[in-house]
Amino acid sequence: MKQLTIISGKGGTGKTSITAAFAALAQNAVFADCDVDAADLHLILKPTIKHTKIFSGLKLATIDDNRCTHCGLCKTHCVFQAIDEHIHVIKSSCEGCGVCAYVCPEQAITMQERESGYAYRSETRFGPLSHAVLKTAEEASGKLVTLVREQATAIAEQYQKDLILIDGPPGIGCPVISSITGVDMVLIVTEPTLSAIHDLKRILGVANHFQIPALVCINKYDINTENTNEIEVFCKKNNRDIVGKIPYDPIVTQAMIHEQAITEYQEHPVSDAITQMWHNILEKLQK
Amino acid sequence: MILSIASGKGGTGKTTVATNIALSLSQAQLIDCDVEEPNAHVFLPVTTNRSENVTISIPAIDETRCTHCGACSKFCAYNALAILPNKVLIFPELCHSCTGCALVCPVKAVQWKEKTIGTLEHGHTDNIDFYKGLLLVGEIQAIPVLKTLKTKIDPSKNVILDAPPGTACPMIETISASDYCILVAEPTPFGLHDLKLAVEVVHFLHIPFGVIINRDGMGDDAVETYCKKQNIPILLKIPHDEQIAKLYSKGVAFVQEMPEWKEQFTQLFTKIKQEVSS
Repeated sequence: MKQLTIISGKGGTGKTSITAAFAALAQNAVFADCDVDAADLHLILKPTIKHTKIFSGLKLATIDDNRCTHCGLCKTHCVFQAIDEHIHVIKSSCEGCGVCAYVCPEQAITMQERESGYAYRSETRFGPLSHAVLKTAEEASGKLVTLVREQATAIAEQYQKDLILIDGPPGIGCPVISSITGVDMVLIVTEPTLSAIHDLKRILGVANHFQIPALVCINKYDINTENTNEIEVFCKKNNRDIVGKIPYDPIVTQAMIHEQAITEYQEHPVSDAITQMWHNILEKLQK
Repeated sequence: MILSIASGKGGTGKTTVATNIALSLSQAQLIDCDVEEPNAHVFLPVTTNRSENVTISIPAIDETRCTHCGACSKFCAYNALAILPNKVLIFPELCHSCTGCALVCPVKAVQWKEKTIGTLEHGHTDNIDFYKGLLLVGEIQAIPVLKTLKTKIDPSKNVILDAPPGTACPMIETISASDYCILVAEPTPFGLHDLKLAVEVVHFLHIPFGVIINRDGMGDDAVETYCKKQNIPILLKIPHDEQIAKLYSKGVAFVQEMPEWKEQFTQLFTKIKQEVSS
């Protein structure tokens, strides 16, 4: 079983549209939406939820006002500044370390599980999907990404799927690293803008750091051919294969509005370019 | 006033809005808080220099004192320490620097060492005081870099915080420092879905906010309909325009080439400032 994660560094380059397009082409795959704090893949895949699991992220310090003497020791020791001047816990700042509970002389603080989100196992018209929702202002998105991937692996093993296709988050930090550790390959979706080129270099650095083979795809390559050329030169110099160049076309947005994957549209230049890219990637994954 | 520019979905135009506002004002402090993938500098005539390193404290065990009792490992909520029969293994990338291990160690064998995880850069143009933070490649903790960056906020200036995408900790850490938040949305189903998530966050934090629709005309009307229904002010619409997109791709903030927009951004900022101070 192989694992492929779609990432980009910069947000909004087309990760989810391309993941959905691949989902429509994949023969025997499980899908995982690891952009857990702004998940969009379900808007195209329209999942039917089969199983929901409560996700408990970091624990939350809870102060018993009846016991608390307002001595302030907890506030002094909290490195996250999660206890305010009234000795109340600031929920969005608490990282659940338990130091306050340890130092409290009155045993007024307990560390409690919190419901930080939900992880779902679902069915879609293209195959099974593992996805999640992180509740408002909850932390530990990296941990939730790990849970989504564990679920996807379990489904893949149960149904003998040969590929896990992962839609990753933007950025280069915690949730991105959780989305790519241990995968066979990443596909970086970039676009010919100076911002995206800048971000491509940083995300490629992350892939190199974790020694994960990386492929590059240039989305909307024709909006600035000079920049596309720069990306091609950069990739060649750094021995990175460009597996696809997708033209700009408003039909991509139209497909999204109609809740369709672009590859569900037959015989269209964008659809053709993505199909060709999909076969290029499969070939490289099999090597 | 401190104004944050956020979105939920990535690539909707946060940096476009942040840099165009900053370039339209007579004086501003622009802080690029997307420490994972900062881009604001691409659109500014600015050279930045490293101003400081951002470090976190991670435990270092004095093996001459350590009795391998396991108290630190048992306490650590993040599994950042593991006890072997005659050694303590530390996983710095899991450590949140809470100091719990040092507190519980009965023989005071836990010391601290500093680890660099990011840098701050500073520069200025004629009217913009500019800072950006950079998380080092391979590091996972954006928050300490962001917290250090926020110490540079000078509230006497017109402060603009360019937030990272998403609705999780880095976005919340950024906008929680602000008096007003502009949410930049794209008029598409993904844009609407993620805007709703971002609206939940600003409500949760009780921050006054409004929406800018970017690339207006590229998709459908659902974002506008939603805003009207929820009584969310639509502050501005930036059209889905070829010239703006071309300028963006070349790293040019469009007010530089289309000065008629400067007035709109200045007015917008003044209006927000009045709303915040009233």
